[in-house]
Amino acid sequence: MARGATPLVSVEAVTKRFGGLVAVDGVTFGLDAGGICGLIGPNGAGKTTLFSLIAGFERPTEGRIRFRGQDMSGLPPHSRALAGIARTFQIVQPFAGLTVVENIAVGAHLRHKRRADALAKAGEVAERVGLGRERDAQAAGLTVAGRKRLELARALATEPALLLLDEVLAGLNPSEIRDILPVIRSLRDGGVTILMVEHVMQAVMNLCEHVLVLAQGRLIAEGEPRQVTRDAKVIEAYLGEGAAKRLEAQHG
Amino acid sequence: MLAPDILLSAVLNGLLTGAVYALVAVGLTLVYGVLHIINFAHGAILSVAMFAAYFAWMAGLDPYLAMLVLAPAFYALGYALQRFVISPASHGEDQNVLLVTLGLSILIENALNAAFHSDTRSIDVAYGLDTIDLGFTFLPLPRVIAFAVACAVGLALWYLLTRTDTGKAIRAVAKETYGASLMGIDVAHIYAVTFGLGAACLAIAACLLLPSYYVNPRVGEAYVLVAFTIVVFGGMGSVPGALIGGLAIGVIESLTGLFFGDSLGQLGIFLIFILVLLLRPTGLFGARA
Amino acid sequence: MSAARAYGLIIGVVALFALVPLAGPSNTLLNGMVLALLIALAGSGWNLLGGYGGLFSFGHAAFFGTGAYASAILQSRYGVNAWAAFAVAIAIGAVVGWVIGFLSFRSGLRGSYFALVTLAFAEVFRIIANASPFFGGAPGILLKLDIRPANFQFESRAIYYWIALALVGLTMLVMRAIERSRLGAYIVAIRENENAAKALGVNSLAVKLKAIALSAAITAAAGALYVQYFLLVNADLGFGTWISIDALLAPIIGGLGTVFGPLLGALLLHELGELTRAIAGGVPGIDTALFGALLILVIAFARDGVQGVIGRLFARMTRKTAPPAIEAVS
Repeated sequence: MARGATPLVSVEAVTKRFGGLVAVDGVTFGLDAGGICGLIGPNGAGKTTLFSLIAGFERPTEGRIRFRGQDMSGLPPHSRALAGIARTFQIVQPFAGLTVVENIAVGAHLRHKRRADALAKAGEVAERVGLGRERDAQAAGLTVAGRKRLELARALATEPALLLLDEVLAGLNPSEIRDILPVIRSLRDGGVTILMVEHVMQAVMNLCEHVLVLAQGRLIAEGEPRQVTRDAKVIEAYLGEGAAKRLEAQHG
Repeated sequence: MLAPDILLSAVLNGLLTGAVYALVAVGLTLVYGVLHIINFAHGAILSVAMFAAYFAWMAGLDPYLAMLVLAPAFYALGYALQRFVISPASHGEDQNVLLVTLGLSILIENALNAAFHSDTRSIDVAYGLDTIDLGFTFLPLPRVIAFAVACAVGLALWYLLTRTDTGKAIRAVAKETYGASLMGIDVAHIYAVTFGLGAACLAIAACLLLPSYYVNPRVGEAYVLVAFTIVVFGGMGSVPGALIGGLAIGVIESLTGLFFGDSLGQLGIFLIFILVLLLRPTGLFGARA
Repeated sequence: MSAARAYGLIIGVVALFALVPLAGPSNTLLNGMVLALLIALAGSGWNLLGGYGGLFSFGHAAFFGTGAYASAILQSRYGVNAWAAFAVAIAIGAVVGWVIGFLSFRSGLRGSYFALVTLAFAEVFRIIANASPFFGGAPGILLKLDIRPANFQFESRAIYYWIALALVGLTMLVMRAIERSRLGAYIVAIRENENAAKALGVNSLAVKLKAIALSAAITAAAGALYVQYFLLVNADLGFGTWISIDALLAPIIGGLGTVFGPLLGALLLHELGELTRAIAGGVPGIDTALFGALLILVIAFARDGVQGVIGRLFARMTRKTAPPAIEAVS
């Protein structure tokens, strides 16, 4: 990845404590604009907490987060959305009672005050993510795959520079995953930087140029996907201590 | 400065009142702790209980004896209300429960109003004006009895919740509803039992209040607003919080009345209520907001 | 729905209602209608916050009474012109709404807690109004009878009816405009999923404050008009639970979060009240008891109120889907 002068996002020694529990522990990394970066790690590693910190739903106990060079400390979620950070949620909840396009319009309204403009933009975004045909359907009636696309579309409609995808592939079957990957790629091609938390390794290997590995709140590895998945520390984080050596012994 | 014995007298009276407040509040907090709903019909049920106690007295039953009849009767009433009215009507949504219990309170209070009009009634019992002489002050006997019974009920509840199977089931459902249901606990039944217990406490409180208080359809409303304050103050869902909170509020009300006059006593309680809601909705002992 | 149809329907309905006094109704009927329209107005205010916003206030009397007392005090104590007092009372209502909203929303209150705190505020206002000489104490405040149009007092009840109707109509037009605007989309989004809305750039505190200020202003207008019509306000009339309950009953029964819900509901409640009074004689409180039962029944069987029931029947007959909560511009 080309190293620009200032990274798009800069996480600087960020720690988050909930009472006695350390969810994120001294994490530091920089993310350049224009790529897809994966954030992986075993369950409970602190990935969603990190997302919440970047999106502004939680405040770091220590450290700071910069976006486009600007310190985001204290900025609430809606201001960060305005600044260009959008996030999706793990548990997808469409705005019930509204249609698909009306749902997306809520996001579009960030940059388009007039209802007509927002709805028009929402229609475009719906097409982009493949929900064109369902645009006037009730959002609550969508399938899981449809809801994931809706979640994506809503965030996209805010015209973000950085898109945080929280397990957007969870709950999808292999063919649905295969269908949604090109959509995500096309977002990157359209100029959006993507940071995605994902457990589906196939997708991570497929999509991400760069991967960050979190375990027990700490950043234990980062680099290209192939490199990272062979890292002994990463293997141990998932499979337990000594696993790397055992695997090597087995496979040479 | 006020003489110490006047202050002490106010504090003692506050404690006596507070114990009955606590009894009214404990049902409300139990229901919140277990069902996670705020029962807006709580006051209306108290009004019904007071009328029931009144008519029991008219039929010749002393209020303290009526307790033995009315407590189980209201337990059954509460059980049925939760199981067959509130729960089905709400379709499991919290916003709906809010409105359903509000609807119940409107229905019950106005039905009482229609049936019995807003005249105030009171009863006369032989011991109604007896007092206990403490030297520096007199404590009205009925209120001392009320205090004693309320404390006894508090202890009985504590025993029920900590030592019996039903009590443990109630606490399990309060802590982790889904887990409790996986353990085979009939959650709908426990919800109804809890509600019934709350109603039974109200019935007992009504019988305790009758000798020294009046009866009209609005009485419940007056008491329940204080009960809300206690519950929020002591911690939503915390039984010890309701008991201690009740005593505390009783004393605060008594002292406020002493210093600022009666009409502002209620005002003080509401302001505390609002402050607690705004600053620390979990209250002193409560776990969750 | 096109703009013409969306607004045209409201204007049509208002025009129809405007004909009522011309049909020569009795004074009692007209009086009842004025009261029903006042409840519809107060209910419209509640509906914005509760129906569209999902924030159920159990203490809208706080705003109703503020409007009534503000107008009464300005006129009787400071000699302010009645029309000016009316306008100022509405503004004061908005401010009170904003303050209560700020305190409540900053503390993150919603659901039952919000209902409780609004109930408490209304009660506090009632107690203070009852006790304080500034508010006329227990007897309340009487407006001097001085029937002149410039003094906002009229001989004919019909004029009050038309003024109330005009306010209700105006409110409905405003609601429709909000439905078709960004503010409306944001209000509904916050109701459905506040966190998702925040992530999409919605400043939920600011939106809620706008909603409650407007809601309070509308209900305060109802209170101010009430005091012009009855020339009296006291603690129970202004801040009593009766208006808190009526203000929420009307939209719930008529149709939560819809433009016509509060009007429909208020009329229905009025008719039901008349009916029960006719059947049950002079027994006090039977009609209100019935309203309580009606509330339970509506929640249990017809959550979207009368409008929803009619809508579903209509849809079944014409085989279309039910209209969405927010109108899409065609």
